[in-house]
Amino acid sequence: MENLKYAFFVGCTPKQSTPELMQSTLAIAEAFDIELVELVEATCCGASHMQDYDDFLSLVLNARNICYAEKRGLTIVTVCNTCQLNLATAKHRLDNDDKLRAKVNAKLKEVGLEYKGTSQIKHFLYALIDDYGIDAIASKVKNPLKDLYIAPFYGCHNIRPGAVHGSSNGNEDPYRPTSLDRLIVALGGHSVEYGHKNKCCGFHVELQAPKTANRISGSAMLDAIQNNADTMVTPCPLCHLRLDVQQKSISEEMGEDVSIPILHMPQMVGLALGIDPSKLGIKHNIAKVDFI
Amino acid sequence: MKKYDVKKVNFKVFRFNKETDHAPHYESFSFSVAQDEVILDILNKIKWERDGSFSYRRSCRHGICGSCAIKVNNKPVLSCKERVFDLIDIFGYELVLEPQDIKHAIKDMVVDKERFWSKYSSVKPYLMGEIKSHPTKEHIISQEVADKLDEADYCIQCGNCFYACPTVQVNGDYIGPAALLKAFRFNVDIRDNAKDERLEIVNQEGAGVWDCVKCYECAEACPKDLSPIDKITKLHNQIFEENLATDNVATRHAVGFKSSISKHGFLDEGELVRYSEGNLGVLKHVPEALHMFKNGKLIMPWQMPKSQKLDEVDKLIKSSSTVKFK
Repeated sequence: MENLKYAFFVGCTPKQSTPELMQSTLAIAEAFDIELVELVEATCCGASHMQDYDDFLSLVLNARNICYAEKRGLTIVTVCNTCQLNLATAKHRLDNDDKLRAKVNAKLKEVGLEYKGTSQIKHFLYALIDDYGIDAIASKVKNPLKDLYIAPFYGCHNIRPGAVHGSSNGNEDPYRPTSLDRLIVALGGHSVEYGHKNKCCGFHVELQAPKTANRISGSAMLDAIQNNADTMVTPCPLCHLRLDVQQKSISEEMGEDVSIPILHMPQMVGLALGIDPSKLGIKHNIAKVDFI
Repeated sequence: MKKYDVKKVNFKVFRFNKETDHAPHYESFSFSVAQDEVILDILNKIKWERDGSFSYRRSCRHGICGSCAIKVNNKPVLSCKERVFDLIDIFGYELVLEPQDIKHAIKDMVVDKERFWSKYSSVKPYLMGEIKSHPTKEHIISQEVADKLDEADYCIQCGNCFYACPTVQVNGDYIGPAALLKAFRFNVDIRDNAKDERLEIVNQEGAGVWDCVKCYECAEACPKDLSPIDKITKLHNQIFEENLATDNVATRHAVGFKSSISKHGFLDEGELVRYSEGNLGVLKHVPEALHMFKNGKLIMPWQMPKSQKLDEVDKLIKSSSTVKFK
């Protein structure tokens, strides 16, 4: 197999609040011989908030982000569900609306760029499963997660709205996603079946409505815990910032203890590949990863 | 000729009578289902062939009245539109039929939708304008103006988005996606004069657009593909465009991205929290910040990463900005 190569849209949290996501992503990419070319010109995707303030500006900036992957002739890989949705939404709108595309390109022209629509946009989870292949992943497992009951937490923006994601997420059904479950099984672990696996974590109202955010994530965590999960795993750093960092306030709001280790998807993969936990940034996780 | 396909399916059906039962139970019904049958056919079969006391709402059978909305394996569906075979493809041969809102079930699939309708009424979901009671000619609206409705007038008030919304489930004050979509629908109607009045309603902290968690459950749940969340985004935009945005944590949260992107390309996470919460409000985040710092999850201002070619970004921000905040 020819080595895979992608334009890496890093996003904001891996360089700030989730360094463990950056470390574990790079560690498993190296183990799989996947080349990630950082999009050094890229800016924040707007995190699903900026468009509330200025939709057009948000679209122009994301179109610019995509341009730099097009220039390199590469598919974009994201490691955050919200980056994925914001970039994919921009692409979806520009690819389906010639007038809007012309309007955006008129702005991009001022800085010598043009959006062409030639690059695909994929979350790293789907690059691994659909491009690298689940069997190829399984064949690299050195340390099967065989005693672990892992609750997959998909995060909204990788699976909804289905119309925007389409084939870039393997046409995952938003009501019965399977990719993370299949990945867990390929790594030798047990995938926990529970109702909240495709539900929201509440991250986007954490500042203005903390009670709502805590109740929403709390319900999901208690569901996972009650179904005997040893750990939860998510492909989204924003979900991780809620489920991992906010356990104390969530427990207070719910009146029940929601303590449980939360892994980033690449951390889980890295552990199964036998990569040293120090290279997966495990020390940065707030909830102690007690099974290592 | 292609064989007419029939599959055997087990339906686990929510049964409850508020007047006589302490708790609901699930009853199983097995049917051979044909390839063209929809969930409403199954509801009819249960009532007509197995148990005449089974209750559900139905009327038009053509996806117009919105009465027959229920949940199948937690997926909101319009019974008359949803083919059983499509659901088998997703969930397999056991399908769980439940009302939209179990907590407010009256009898079987029938729920008390009082909360849905009261939120709906709260946004003044009707035309408020100077309309002649006896017009002498048709009020013709151009296609361009009609397009602004973004198909929001196709909403059939089935309630699927409302009962799929996680904020609705935890915050009794939240207006919810259906009513917000309706507010948008009349706000963009050129015959209407009550845009600002409705924007004041949907701009309320704790009840309006700022409490949307952006989960896209409503977009997925809508049987008419109206994407209520996109209308919620447009209401946010209207609030800024009409200069009605008050200076609070939610509005600053949306606005704060712009200055960060202009300065660093990246979002400065710490600065966004400080700017959104204000210098006093940010103090409540100190314990979690210390915890994050201890675990190496906070960087210092001088460590802030920078995107390359920021001059381009700055130029685009100047040329492409469409609104101002106070």
